[in-house]
Amino acid sequence: MEMNIAIKENDNLKMDGDIRIKVKAHHLSVYYGKFRALTDINMEIQERKITAIIGPSGCGKSTLLRSFNRMNDLTPSARIEGEIELDEEDIYGNNVDVVDVRRRIGMVFQRPNPFPKSIYDNVAYGPRLYGIHQRGVLDGIVESSIKQAALWDEVKDKLHQSGMSLSGGQQQRLCIARALAVQPEVILMDEPASALDPISTLRIEELMHDLAKNYTIIIVTHNMQQAARVSDFTAMMMIDETRSGRMIEYNSTNIIFTRPEDKRTEDYVTGRFG
Amino acid sequence: MDIEPQETHSSIRRTLESEIQELKDELLYLGSMVEKQILGSVDGLKKRDLEAAQKIIDTDKEINSKRYDIEEKVMIAIATQQPMAHDLRLLASILEIAGELERMGDYAKGIATINIRMKDEPLLKPLVDIPRMAQKGTDMLHRSLTAFLNEDVEAARAIPQEDDDVDHLYDQVYRELMVLIIQDPKGIQRANWLLWAAHNLERVADRVTNICERTIFSATGEMREISSEKKD
Amino acid sequence: MTDYNELLRNGVVKRRLLRKSTNVFMLGLTGALTLLALVPLFWIIGYVVYRGGSNINIALFTQMPRPMGVAGGGVLHAIEGSIIVTILATTFAVVPGVLAAFYASRNPNTPLGVALRFSTDVLSGVPSIIVGLFGYALIVKPEKHYSALAGGVALAVIMLPTIIRTTEEMLKLVPSNLREGSLALGAPEWKTSVSVLLPAALNGVITGVLLSVARAAGETAPLLFTTLGNDRFDVGAIVSSGITNHQSIFAIIGRIFNSPIDSLPLTLWKYAQQPYPERVNQAWAVAFVLLVLVLATNIIARVWIELRKRKLRG
Repeated sequence: MEMNIAIKENDNLKMDGDIRIKVKAHHLSVYYGKFRALTDINMEIQERKITAIIGPSGCGKSTLLRSFNRMNDLTPSARIEGEIELDEEDIYGNNVDVVDVRRRIGMVFQRPNPFPKSIYDNVAYGPRLYGIHQRGVLDGIVESSIKQAALWDEVKDKLHQSGMSLSGGQQQRLCIARALAVQPEVILMDEPASALDPISTLRIEELMHDLAKNYTIIIVTHNMQQAARVSDFTAMMMIDETRSGRMIEYNSTNIIFTRPEDKRTEDYVTGRFG
Repeated sequence: MDIEPQETHSSIRRTLESEIQELKDELLYLGSMVEKQILGSVDGLKKRDLEAAQKIIDTDKEINSKRYDIEEKVMIAIATQQPMAHDLRLLASILEIAGELERMGDYAKGIATINIRMKDEPLLKPLVDIPRMAQKGTDMLHRSLTAFLNEDVEAARAIPQEDDDVDHLYDQVYRELMVLIIQDPKGIQRANWLLWAAHNLERVADRVTNICERTIFSATGEMREISSEKKD
Repeated sequence: MTDYNELLRNGVVKRRLLRKSTNVFMLGLTGALTLLALVPLFWIIGYVVYRGGSNINIALFTQMPRPMGVAGGGVLHAIEGSIIVTILATTFAVVPGVLAAFYASRNPNTPLGVALRFSTDVLSGVPSIIVGLFGYALIVKPEKHYSALAGGVALAVIMLPTIIRTTEEMLKLVPSNLREGSLALGAPEWKTSVSVLLPAALNGVITGVLLSVARAAGETAPLLFTTLGNDRFDVGAIVSSGITNHQSIFAIIGRIFNSPIDSLPLTLWKYAQQPYPERVNQAWAVAFVLLVLVLATNIIARVWIELRKRKLRG
């Protein structure tokens, strides 16, 4: 399988077993009506790694992220060209069930958005959608998801309390637990810590490292240090003269932040513009 | 498709850039201190000036403290400015080079120590090649620092080749001293010291090669050992 | 620069007295005007309490009216009538209203969505007596008799715009990423609306419903053409006769809904015009009761909201 990534010999990539590509964007362009928001995006996301998408404001990072779980479908004027493959199947194909795509590719948003329900019901919402109603099974899923989100000790005695009574950082972890409850394979995170205080931010970053053992994570962030701390691979995006977003460079994080190949990437990560 | 980057505003990172400039100036200053020490120690040895030698030894403390000063500033810049890519490589290289310079200072101190140890015993022979080694070495050092500050990759690749000249001079010193020892075995102690001094100067040239490696790394990201053409 | 600093400082000092006195004056003025605005409210409440309170007695709430000219009796029929008509109206108005609001907020730009908004605004301005005529034409004429049902329909039409508008406003306040959060888990749109958006907007929706109930309970004109008024309406009598005649519960309810009924505002209007002083006094009592009901409804609505807010805050 060809990989669209330049790997230098003396780079310290974690080579644990085969490299599997989980998600792949292939000549992807996204249009909102006549406006071309993304042009010719090509990237291969490795399984169980954290891939960050960085770039200046308005370069199309969120649009790209939302293409991965077909959230762009919610915008009436949106349409795409090209393919996005999950395990080598085009998620925009004709016989594809959007609901299943969204189950397998979960999303965590910039501002925590717990439902106005109890903590338990927040996490159980997803499984209930898919017909799981037995109390015992739900209890197990809820507990396991909240534990994976590193929130269990803080809420185990108050599962019946409203999800909105938690602090910002806790709410975000609750949203992560909620996404985990439907057993996704990929987790998309759109600036997951930008609305949180620094300590909560670091906790979420630690959590990402733990989650990456089992899930493929794609994160959009405008915080470069966060991308450097957290990700294995980084993709740099920018808008061209038609204000369409393009991928400028895509490589392992170590290379992007110590010796990027493209001058525009260098200028951006050193803070010389953006 | 050609995508133009937006205008680069160096003013965005004025603080970091001025800190980097300050560090470069400090490094240059440290370099010139070390050059003076090396030339001064050999000159003192040639003239058997024991006072000068003592001064060299005392001045080494300043070199050490300047080196730690530079280190601390680099650490602070890294912690507070989160430099990336080229900036990061540059700062890491400044750290390394400061260390190399400090060790070169130690070599000069070693030569001054030899001078003092020899006390009032005369030199085995008038020094010719050893001063030449010092001259060559400090000249290489000076040019290598200039290359680093100017990010002159070509110069950085060329300078290490001159290490061969220094090695030739060292071999010459060695052979001459061997002859002298055979002629007069009582001079073996002094010959040993002189050989040691020459060895220190040969090490100076080696460290200049390290500085050139760092220059290339800082400018291009390429980390490769430059080996001299001479076969061991 | 020093001159400017001094100028500023002097300005602050010099103006101090002027600022303080202006402050006090404005505070006094706004306070006085606020009190002035409150006067009508307290006047009405006070007067009604004064005139009506003295005429409140148990009989008012438990007895059917006596024949004209005879003293005593109560307005039980009107109380029952008001309750029944209001329940009917709420049932008819809430579900379509909330659904319509959901549709309009999700599809604001479709022809139907635009039409809905426009009609809601227009409908809220239609004189209530015309709504009564509508009820008459729709139900009373074909059925050939006045009924609580018709009254319920008419009142529902009056309640509808308030419910739709309030629900829409409340939906707007729900953060958009709440909907996205549900959709991203794979939930379909309808489930998202029901399980996530509605609970989030519930507070406001209930307020809207309660407010429209409070309004509808006080309407008289629509009921003139639809329920007519019925001195002899007695739920108790209908129920017991139904049981005696072995009628099914549906039949009994049907009879209740199908009979012409009275309501509190209607009764107030009738009694107030009668020459008998007892009836006039009873009218004041009814006014008192109505006022209490409306106030109670509003207070309950607000307490409910406060409790829900506290629960959310955990």
